[in-house]
Amino acid sequence: MHRAWRLTKRRLVASIPVLAIVILGTFLLMELAPGDAVDAYLVSLGGGDAGLAETLRQSYGLDQSAISRLWLYVSSLARLDLGWSIVFNRPILDVVLERLPNTLWLMGAATALAFTLGSLLGIIAGARPGSAVDRVLSIGSLTLYAVPGFWLGLVLILVFSVQLRWLPTSGIETIASGKTGIARVLDIARHLVLPVASLGFIYLALFLRMMRAGMGEVWRQDFVLAAKAKGLSRRRIVIHHVARNALLPLVTMLGLQAATMLGGSVVIESVFAIPGFGRLAQEAVAGRDAPLLMAIIIVSAVLVILVNLLVDIAYAWLDPRVGGSEAAGR
Amino acid sequence: MKAFVRRFMSSPEGIAGALVLLLLALAAVLAPIILPGDPAAIVGRPLLPPFSDASFPLGTDQLGRDVLTRLVYGAQASLTVGLSSALVAILAGTLVGTVAGLAGGLVDEALMRVVDAFQIVPGFLLALAFVSVAGPSLAVIVLAVGLGAWTGPARLARAEVLSIRERDYVASARVIGMHPAEIAFREVLPNALPPVLSLVSVIVAAAVLIEAALSFLGLGDPNAVTWGGMIAEGRNLLRSAPFLSIIPGLGLVSAVVGIYLFGEGLVEALSIRGRRA
Repeated sequence: MHRAWRLTKRRLVASIPVLAIVILGTFLLMELAPGDAVDAYLVSLGGGDAGLAETLRQSYGLDQSAISRLWLYVSSLARLDLGWSIVFNRPILDVVLERLPNTLWLMGAATALAFTLGSLLGIIAGARPGSAVDRVLSIGSLTLYAVPGFWLGLVLILVFSVQLRWLPTSGIETIASGKTGIARVLDIARHLVLPVASLGFIYLALFLRMMRAGMGEVWRQDFVLAAKAKGLSRRRIVIHHVARNALLPLVTMLGLQAATMLGGSVVIESVFAIPGFGRLAQEAVAGRDAPLLMAIIIVSAVLVILVNLLVDIAYAWLDPRVGGSEAAGR
Repeated sequence: MKAFVRRFMSSPEGIAGALVLLLLALAAVLAPIILPGDPAAIVGRPLLPPFSDASFPLGTDQLGRDVLTRLVYGAQASLTVGLSSALVAILAGTLVGTVAGLAGGLVDEALMRVVDAFQIVPGFLLALAFVSVAGPSLAVIVLAVGLGAWTGPARLARAEVLSIRERDYVASARVIGMHPAEIAFREVLPNALPPVLSLVSVIVAAAVLIEAALSFLGLGDPNAVTWGGMIAEGRNLLRSAPFLSIIPGLGLVSAVVGIYLFGEGLVEALSIRGRRA
């Protein structure tokens, strides 16, 4: 556990300058935007006079120089004050915290689906490179990897909701159904099947291809030759020697894909009308709510840092060679 | 160059991909000649299903516009954005990576933290924010998509430069008194480029998909017909006229598959695999 703690500390310290650059970037992006938050707010109110605009600018410090505004921005972020949402007319932090769980469920389930099914199919493909099964899986995964998630979502809705009527088309749960406990959980799970498939299938293809490629490398290693020479069965060699060693790099991929998956959930949540963090980004764009959009960028950066930290800890736990002396050295 | 073409031709995936892309590029370039109609013009009865009327082979949309014409013009938008964003990403990334690798020290450290920052922000979210702030236009979309894709080339270029600058021929260039800028452009960059080029197909494919998602959400180039925009327009008629969203989606999938296959051939031709193994 000591090792994990050291790793955590090191990673968190290393991510401070990176997060600072992200914050500076969002600030610059907001400066670039025509008009400021007060303009947008007055538009959302349906107009206001110059006097009100002046008072509001003063109270938000928007009449000061860029440097002091940056300082104001950073110090309020440090107090976990993400600002005020124009669209929702509420503190941004409240809105974000309300929306985040839906997206985390969606991403978690999509990752689990992609990782298990992808690595499993990858093992099947990589067990006999060049076989018919391998070719079919390779071509299939390449095609799947080229399918845009939002379009896949529409096709799945067409097949499973419109034609077969098996699953609901949109939302996170049946509205005003009054369901509680297990019934409610099942209801939410039913609503999540199609979005999770739409978001996860691309990554399934990715994990399949990585697993297969990784196994291809391991097949050439000496210890596999040794295992063959010992007369071990093919099944045993595939599972215990080849697949096992090819699985580890896939874990690092989980962290690398966290950011793209978060981006993907923006479109998927819009397709399925899921009130999540991703859809919030689209609502911020539609409502010209720049402060909310920038807060979403910062929060997703923090999320990605945390996911990568978890992945690093998991990796260090799975591979004892990582993180020991290296952690002390740096 | 000859060996490059020969190696490319020896890869069946590469040939298949090249054919798909050639077909799409031809359709995109020749669009005004083979389909002289205006993609925005109302030419027939609305919502004719595909294959029902010979003058509208893929049917008409809810406004009575020809779907085939719109599909071909959509290829134009997709390929333009895909290729230009990839060009932006690879030029910017290679430049930053080379500078970081050659300069070392604080410059390297600072540039790589910027790369890290771009990598922890979802590329699609960044593109969304950039387009919504700067307003949707072709140039802004190209830049926005490029913004999310330059980090890969930057990392790869830096890694290559770090290994190349220790090689003998660079040391000899230094000994004979070659100017550092000349070393960078004549000795280091040409040798660092092939591995970076192997990323081209992945970046073009990602750019095409991001552009499609942006226009699906209504943030595409407002003056162009886009596949993502067509899918979004067909979405409301998913029950009665599903072909309106399915056809442009098939266009997208075939374009991206073509790009990936072409990329496999490219990797083969640049003999990256051979060098790594």
